[in-house]
Formats: sequence, C-alpha cells, structure tokens
Amino acid sequence: MALRLAGDFDTTYAHDMAVIRNRGQWVMTLAFLVALLGLPLVASSYIVSIINIIGINIVVVQGLNILVGYTGQISLGQAAFMAVGAYTSALLVRGGMPFWFALPISGLSAGVIGTIFGLPSLRIKGFYLAMATLAAQFIIPWFFRNVRTDVFGGMPGLVVPPPKLGDFVFNTQQSMYFVIVGLVCLTTILAKNIARTRLGRAFISIRDNDLAAEVLGIAPFSYKLRAFFISAFYAGLAGSLWAHYARAINPEQFHLIDSVWQLGMVIVGGAGSALGPILGAIFVRLLNEASILAAPIIGTLLPSLEASILAALGPMLFGLALMLFLIFEPRGLAHRWELTKAAWRLRPFAH
Amino acid sequence: MNWDLFPQFLVTGILTGGIYALVALGIVLIYKSSRVFNFAHGHILMIGAFLVWWFVEPLGLPIWLALLATALGAVLLGFAIERLALRPLIGQPILATVMMTLAMAQFLQGAVILTWGAYQRALPEILPLQPVVIGTIRLRLNLVIAFGVAMLGLGAFALFFRYTKSGLAMRAAAEDHQLAQSAGLRVRRIFGLAWAIASVVAMVSGILLGNISGVDLNLATIGFKAFPAVLFGGLESIPGAIIGGLAVGVVESLAAGLPADPTVRSWNLGEIAPYVFMLLVLLFRPEGLFGLRRIERI
Repeated sequence: MALRLAGDFDTTYAHDMAVIRNRGQWVMTLAFLVALLGLPLVASSYIVSIINIIGINIVVVQGLNILVGYTGQISLGQAAFMAVGAYTSALLVRGGMPFWFALPISGLSAGVIGTIFGLPSLRIKGFYLAMATLAAQFIIPWFFRNVRTDVFGGMPGLVVPPPKLGDFVFNTQQSMYFVIVGLVCLTTILAKNIARTRLGRAFISIRDNDLAAEVLGIAPFSYKLRAFFISAFYAGLAGSLWAHYARAINPEQFHLIDSVWQLGMVIVGGAGSALGPILGAIFVRLLNEASILAAPIIGTLLPSLEASILAALGPMLFGLALMLFLIFEPRGLAHRWELTKAAWRLRPFAH
Repeated sequence: MNWDLFPQFLVTGILTGGIYALVALGIVLIYKSSRVFNFAHGHILMIGAFLVWWFVEPLGLPIWLALLATALGAVLLGFAIERLALRPLIGQPILATVMMTLAMAQFLQGAVILTWGAYQRALPEILPLQPVVIGTIRLRLNLVIAFGVAMLGLGAFALFFRYTKSGLAMRAAAEDHQLAQSAGLRVRRIFGLAWAIASVVAMVSGILLGNISGVDLNLATIGFKAFPAVLFGGLESIPGAIIGGLAVGVVESLAAGLPADPTVRSWNLGEIAPYVFMLLVLLFRPEGLFGLRRIERI
C-alpha cells in the first residue's frame, strides 16, 4: 500500500479513483509532458534513437506484464507476436493502407494469433504454458522465413515505408519519436487502467490462486485468454511501430532471445505494476547501450578480447543483471522505487 | 511423398533421436530431483563441445585426457550453477526458476563468445566419418556410434538409479523433498549432484553432436529440440526421455525427408516439426507418456 501525502483525503469518488491526486502531482505531470515533448528539439539523434527503442520496448513489455505480472502466466513468445504485428502492418501499408489504420489492425491480428497460442492454457499452466508459447516462438518466425516467400519476403524480409500524415513523412528519429512516445503514453495509461478494473482484478485473482478465483465466479480460462489477447495486442502494436521505425523487417529480428529479454525487462522492472515495464525497459536497454559503448574501451585495454567483446558483453551483462535481480530483488525496480518513496515520505521517521 | 525413402529417414531419425534422448535425459535428471526445468541445458552442452575442442586443439592434450578434463569441468560447472544460481531460489515461484535458467543461458552464451569466439570449430575426428551401406540404407557411422554411446549412457543411468546408494537417494529426493530431508538425506547436496551429473550428460551429448555437425553456437539450439522429447516422454520419466527423444528424431527426419512436392520441401518442415509435435502433446496429453498426472479441477 502506497503511503499518501499528509492531508490527501478521498472526499469524492472521483478523487478516490484519481491517479494524479493533488496539485503538486499535476504540476509534475505537466512538467514531465513538456519535457518529453521538448526533448527531441534539444537532444541529439543518437539519444532520441535510444529513447525510440526504449519506447517500443515499453509497449511490448507493458503487454507482457499484463500476462506475466498480473495474470501470472509465463509467455516465451512475445517477440513472435511482435513479428505478427510487424508483418501485418508492413504488408498492409505496402498495399496502400495508411499506417494509422494498419497500426490497430496489426495489434488485432497479433492478438488473435496470441489467443490461439493461449488456447493450451485451458489444460496447462505454469511451466507447461511456457513450453506452448516457446513453440509459438519457433513456429511463427519459421513461417515468415519459409512459407510464401513471395509474400513475406523469406529470409531477407520486407522493406517498409515510413508512416505519413498528409504530406508529412515520419522518416527521421525526431519525427518517429512523437509517434512512439505518443503510443507509449496511450498504452501505459491503458495498461494502468486495465489493472484497476474488474478485468485487472480478475487477472490478479487468477495469478494469486486460480482455484479461489474460480470459486468466486471468475472463469479462469476466459480471463486467461483475454490476458493473452491483450498481451499479444500490445506486442502487435509494438511490432507495427518497429516495422515502420526500422523500415526493414526480417524473421531474425523476432528471435527467442528477444522474448527472453522482454521477460527480463518485466522481472527487472517489477512484475505487476504499470511502472515496472518502463523502468525495466529503460534499465535493460541502457545496460545494453553501455555495453556497446564500453566494448571498444575494453577491447583496447585487453587486445586478446577485442574481436569478441562486442557480441559477448551484452548477453553477459543482461544475464548477470537478471540473475542478480532474481536473487536479491525479485520484485524489481518498481518495488525499490516504492520503498524509496515511502522512506522519503516518512522522513525523518523510519517507521 | 517419397515413400521409397521411408526406411532411410526412419533409421536416420532413430539415430539422431538417440542423441536427443541423451540431451533430454539431462533435463529430466534435473527436473526430477529439483523441479527446475533447465532452459540452459543446450548451452551447457555447447560448452562441453567447446571445452573438448579447446583442450585438444589449442592446448594439445591427448583425447582421453581432454575428455576427462571436460567431464571434470562439467562437474564443477554443475555444482557452481546449483550453488550460486538455483539454491537462493528454493521456494520461489516457478517464473523465478524459469527466468534464472534463461538468464544463465544468456550469460553462458556471452561467456562462450568471449572465450572462444562465434566461429565454427571442427572437433578432431573422434568418430569415423565414412558411411556404411546396408541394403538400400546409408548409415553415417558417426551417427551410429553416437547412438550407441547415447544408449550406453542411458543404460548406465538406469543401473545407477537402481543399484547405487546415491541413485536411491536421488530417487527419494525426487519423490518428496521434505520426506527425503526428514529421512536424513541431504537434499541440497543431492540437487548439486543432480546438476553435476546432468552437466556431464549434457557435455557428452555436446561432444557427440559436435563431432557430427561441428562446434559452434548453433549447438545450443539442439537443447531446445530436446524439450519436445522431454514433454512427450513425461517430465519425470527416464524411459520417457528415451522414447521421447527417438520419437522427436523420427518426426523431424520424416517431416524433412518425406514430402516430395518442391514447395513443401522448401518450407523446411523438419525445422519446425518437433515444436508442432510439442504443441500437440501439450494440447492432448500435457503430462506426457509416463509423466505424473496432477489431478486438479480447474
């Protein structure tokens, strides 16, 4: 339970439900939004590109968090569902549809495929479900790689046009920034609110005890499928964003390793909170950026490692960070943030 | 359909299946004793192959010494993984152990790239290469020998579990952790032992596979092909792992070889058949052939 500021009382029902609770928080929110919108005007393309990648990751991980963090199902197929969204969007836009319509459609198509691979959750759970989604992770990229290469482009993949609005073409890091950050804000607000509705409470009850949930009148199977749909829907949106951001897609971009990294972001950020995916995606991506920057320096210091350090450092640091989080802070950065906030509000008293 | 080639693909499937069975055995060993499903098994296998190559080629050890040193390395790696990574997670939810082995896989992948690089290496010819022809069937001799070694290994394990004290202790721990602990067994040490043995098994399969297909990072993905085998046979069952491995090998080989239509052949069905098979197993018989069926009405 988060501690509230002194003098913050629920005087109306609307205020009871409000996310932003007082004037200070409004000021901070607006300041944050202004900073977010102003950032690409001052920051370099390199920094904007990192934020764009983080943004796309946040969208995927928000979805995965609904499935893993709230509903307690394990999915190793998120990157594959992202591929479904990316290919749907790419094919639609190449066929002449505007990006803005293709975006929600690619979310829906990924959602449908995700629901299909969620069907085994009728009979199995936990680790077995991880296996079913692992099968999805192998089958879907295989499909795009081998079947109908005239449509899906096979191994080399597809070239994707950038989004357009009227005559304006979103073909720079800065312009894509506004598309990506806009969608990140929307999907995060949606994810936060899903968790606060009947749907979200049903998800949490299934995670905590599925038998008890069933006794309370929640049909676990139907809600699990909804969680799969929402999770894959988010992956589809992110896939579409990625396709039009990278402007070239191929099956290798949606590898099992990407699914593992996305799960890692959920864990590192903190499963089961809307803040978690944001912190997790930022932490993991920045760690990876740091490893890319550090690799040449280590390479010059230890010349024997120069050839392999770039490819090796990223996975090693990620694996190590994830292992340390699992052992020492399994509830992730979001939990740590709550603790810090509580400590600050209680200051100078410890309890 | 190329039915005339059926016996050839069946035999090839069974032979590769034998190696999958050995890989699956390692996964089952760990799951049986500690309820951890090891997603990093393929990476341990890969490390085995790289170690042998490293001992023989750059360090110039004789082969028997290299194999011995690799086995020792496997034991150390197994104990280290259990002690450092998995023991702190005892009592944590299943997501934590799944993520831990996945994280470990990433770490080991990076470590292998760092130490040995990402290029393909060739193992010295431990197994002969020339094929044997029996009737209409061409057998690759290295596959046959690998199959034989895999079967020997599986047999040795059956005996180990049946007739040795450690084997008995491991079976007891697999049955019920608390009960085994209260009967005076040191369950945590048994976990460590299971990881050590499974790592040795993984490295043996890694050496066999490295001999057939070369030593590189792709070896790690073979570990994933053993998952369908493990699920089909049942997570807790050693005979299940053998049958599952053979079944997956046959399914893969037949799916790759039998279709005659060129467009269907271009789909590389062999690559995906084990996982489709796994989905079917999960849908229709999630506990596998010999696995424990947990009765739960939900």
